[in-house]
Amino acid sequence: MSLAALQQSNTNSIAITHPQWLPICQRSDLVNNSGVCALWGDTSVYPTEMFSRANKIIEQRSIALFFLPDQEQQLYAVDNWDPIAQAGVIARGIIAEMEGELTVASPLYKHHFRLSDGVCMEDSNIRLATYPLALYEDKVYIGCNKIQ
Amino acid sequence: MRVNTEKQKLIVIGNGMVGHHFLEQLANHQKSTSFEISIFCAEPRPAYDRVHLSEYFSGLSTEDLAMGKTEQYQQWGFELLLNDRVEEIDRKNKMVSAASGITRSYDQLILATGSYPFVPPIPGHQHERCFVYRTIEDLDAIRSAAVNAKTGVVVGGGLLGLEAANALKTLGLEAHVVEFAPGLMATQLDDGGSTLLRNKIEDLGVQVHTSTATELIEEVDGRLCMQFKGDRKLITDMIVFSAGIRPQDSLAKSSGLQTGERGGIVIDSSCRTSDPDIFAIGECALYENQIFGLVAPGYSMARTAVAQLVGEEENFTGADMSTKLKLLGVQVGSIGDAHGRSDGAAAITFVDEQSGIYKRMITDSTGKQLLGAVMVGDTSEYDSLLQYHLNNIELPEHPEQLILPAAEGATPTLGAAALPATATVCSCHNVSKGQIVDVIAGGCHSLAEVKEVTKASTGCGGCTALLKDIVDDELAALGMEVNNHLCAHFPFSRQELFHIIQVEEIKTFAGLLERHGNGHGCEVCKPTVASILASLWNEHILEQSHVGLQDTNDTFMANMQKNGSYSVVPRIPGGEITPEKLIVIGEVAKRYNLYTKITGGQRIDLFGARLEQLPEIWSELIDAGFETGHAYGKSLRTVKSCVGSTWCRFGVQDSVSMALLVENRYKGLRSPHKIKMAVSGCTRECAEAQSKDVGVIATEKGWNLFVCGNGGMRPRHADLFATDLDSETLIRYIDRFLMFYVRTADKLQRTSVWLENLDGGLDYLREVIIDDKLDICVELEAQMKRVVNTYQCEWKTAVNDPEKLKRFRQFVNSDQSDEKIIFVKERGQPRPATVEEIVETAESA
Repeated sequence: MSLAALQQSNTNSIAITHPQWLPICQRSDLVNNSGVCALWGDTSVYPTEMFSRANKIIEQRSIALFFLPDQEQQLYAVDNWDPIAQAGVIARGIIAEMEGELTVASPLYKHHFRLSDGVCMEDSNIRLATYPLALYEDKVYIGCNKIQ
Repeated sequence: MRVNTEKQKLIVIGNGMVGHHFLEQLANHQKSTSFEISIFCAEPRPAYDRVHLSEYFSGLSTEDLAMGKTEQYQQWGFELLLNDRVEEIDRKNKMVSAASGITRSYDQLILATGSYPFVPPIPGHQHERCFVYRTIEDLDAIRSAAVNAKTGVVVGGGLLGLEAANALKTLGLEAHVVEFAPGLMATQLDDGGSTLLRNKIEDLGVQVHTSTATELIEEVDGRLCMQFKGDRKLITDMIVFSAGIRPQDSLAKSSGLQTGERGGIVIDSSCRTSDPDIFAIGECALYENQIFGLVAPGYSMARTAVAQLVGEEENFTGADMSTKLKLLGVQVGSIGDAHGRSDGAAAITFVDEQSGIYKRMITDSTGKQLLGAVMVGDTSEYDSLLQYHLNNIELPEHPEQLILPAAEGATPTLGAAALPATATVCSCHNVSKGQIVDVIAGGCHSLAEVKEVTKASTGCGGCTALLKDIVDDELAALGMEVNNHLCAHFPFSRQELFHIIQVEEIKTFAGLLERHGNGHGCEVCKPTVASILASLWNEHILEQSHVGLQDTNDTFMANMQKNGSYSVVPRIPGGEITPEKLIVIGEVAKRYNLYTKITGGQRIDLFGARLEQLPEIWSELIDAGFETGHAYGKSLRTVKSCVGSTWCRFGVQDSVSMALLVENRYKGLRSPHKIKMAVSGCTRECAEAQSKDVGVIATEKGWNLFVCGNGGMRPRHADLFATDLDSETLIRYIDRFLMFYVRTADKLQRTSVWLENLDGGLDYLREVIIDDKLDICVELEAQMKRVVNTYQCEWKTAVNDPEKLKRFRQFVNSDQSDEKIIFVKERGQPRPATVEEIVETAESA
């Protein structure tokens, strides 16, 4: 695939800002207005050469991917691990608008995490890592700074 | 000054409702520890609810009626001597001695001996088939005699007499009421009210004979013949005397205490008798020449006596004898001077013969103050009229408006705000408006909380509507929005949304949001709307347009546990399961290394399934004939049952078959909250049906239906809703009840809280479900039929649909499992590892 094409497609405005885009799943894996979980950094999924320059610096992470087809920004990715509940369940939460912000309500203790930056609405000291996502043709790409 | 560290010896004679209330009040007082208390009770059981005694015939057990529990008294440290009648009070030596020979000394003595039924000295009244209506033993005797009887006569047309007549009718007898006076309920009702009541009662099949004096009772050919004055006769099989009560004052008399000419132990406003160390409370006491035969004044005397004992200032200064009740299904209310005997009294009367309604208010000569009122057939204005009367609130310019049928929006209602703080709202528990206002200001912001803290409207329930008004009014006054909107995205209550979705036939959340909401929705409105859509249209919850609305448990049709794994509960209807199926559950659990536990609802819960294992586990369960148990949904969970008449020597009906019928009918119904049910095969109630949303208990004649109970954090005993139903009627009532609940309840509201917040309470619910007052029962049944007919096992549909199964992947881009889910073994089964154990595992790896 052509990265240049991806960057120019402007599917997602974040796309241009990231030099490295790696496919993470198929568009058909996403569920409208809901979340799914993907493993990132799994060498069984990605050809090893993709990681060779990074020397496997990326550990495996569970990432929650949310797809909101009717929104201006259609895709969000945050860590799947809920640090309050101590379980990997964020992808199974309900997308909830709270105080005008789009959040995901964690299914165990219902804390809300803002999709845009991962900050917990009930306790701003807690924050989930977020990741840029882009959609191009039938694939979903995750933006990565570390792999140059 | 001498410091007295010794405890005061206190003896209470009598353990009826008032005696019990006295003990309860004292036990809850901080000074209760300075008393050593002994209680003598002539009856074989501690205090029970005599006000609802008649319900003993319609299904309540002695356990249900019990107020004073032996264990409770033990906990309080009181000595309770049951079945022992005090025979002598030695006032000189301050000793009492009982029939058993037990003696106790006292510093202070409380007489709460109550009253006994008056039996007119008619020759023949001692016949073995003549009864009185006062104790549980009396009712047991009446019930056994009724088995072989066709006809029963009640002597006495007062309040209790009509109760007794209703009881005879309930027992299947042809019932008669014989009254000496010219009218029924002569104390409470005027002539007009009395006549209307008589007509209504006769319409119900009870024969009324007024102005009738019985002269002789004799046995003729094995039946009883009542000979009346004027040569009339009535043949019957049994007679119940209910011709009024007399204060039980014989013990007081024999100990030389002052008693009234026509009975009653004379007390002053401190409830002390002529001996300052002896108090008398309740129906045995005579204050200013009056006996108070109602429970509220008795409670008020009990509180006074407690206050006096602990040195607080409280006096009994008489009581209002207004009453509101339902006799044989007829509403009757009487307030203050019902007969208009006061000087200058003027009356306003409204009669509607067509509907059988009689209302009369008595005002003073200026027409500004309400002195009394009588209501028969409709007591909806009772609460406000009583407040006008008790608080001397000036009547509106056209007081007749208060009792006239409401013309569109024209009735001047007495707003809660108009009541003074001193106004008594709940007379059963003596709660004033001021106290209610205080607890609301103190942080109780819902009707249920206010009820729990103040106990208001938990007695007879007559003040429920008024209490709700006060709570709403106060919340509004405190600037709190009394707002039942679902959430920020829909300016409607759940009930309103249900109606909108039904009428406009809206099928998706997006469609509803577009037309009636705003924003994007949240974790409150999405599952609520999903539940309404499911209740109405019953589409699969994992359809594309619904899937994002569901709570995680519904999305994955399993219950998420603390580490992100799930538990699986196959349906085991009625708790009945074959050995083959038990083996399958065991095999599945073993294969997938699941923790198994028996649930409280007679099923088996399999814990520790990983997300990606759910479809396989369910394929195996479905192959063996299992269906989903909906343990994850706000929907019908289980119908618990006992083995019933098939096996049990006590069972009177086949409770398992009924449980199967009910569970298979309502499985899959989505509702505002979870629903639990149970069916018991006899009154021993082994299935604990009275703690369920819907409880069914077998009787000799059919089924008793209980509704709106629950266990959990705030347990609530279910209410008896209808008795002796045949199976068909039972199912019809449950259909209607459930659908009415599904339609009208608030989000996540169990049936118990729903009922507590329902205007008109249980009576109203009966009117809707049984009498079809709202004319909606056909619709409710049709709606239920639709749900029943469109049932599908959600899991069966899902395992056959590859598109739906895609959702059950731990990772959309990998076959790996979630490595963070770690189990360790305990007692031979897996359980989630603790955080410490996970750290250890990681370090050793």
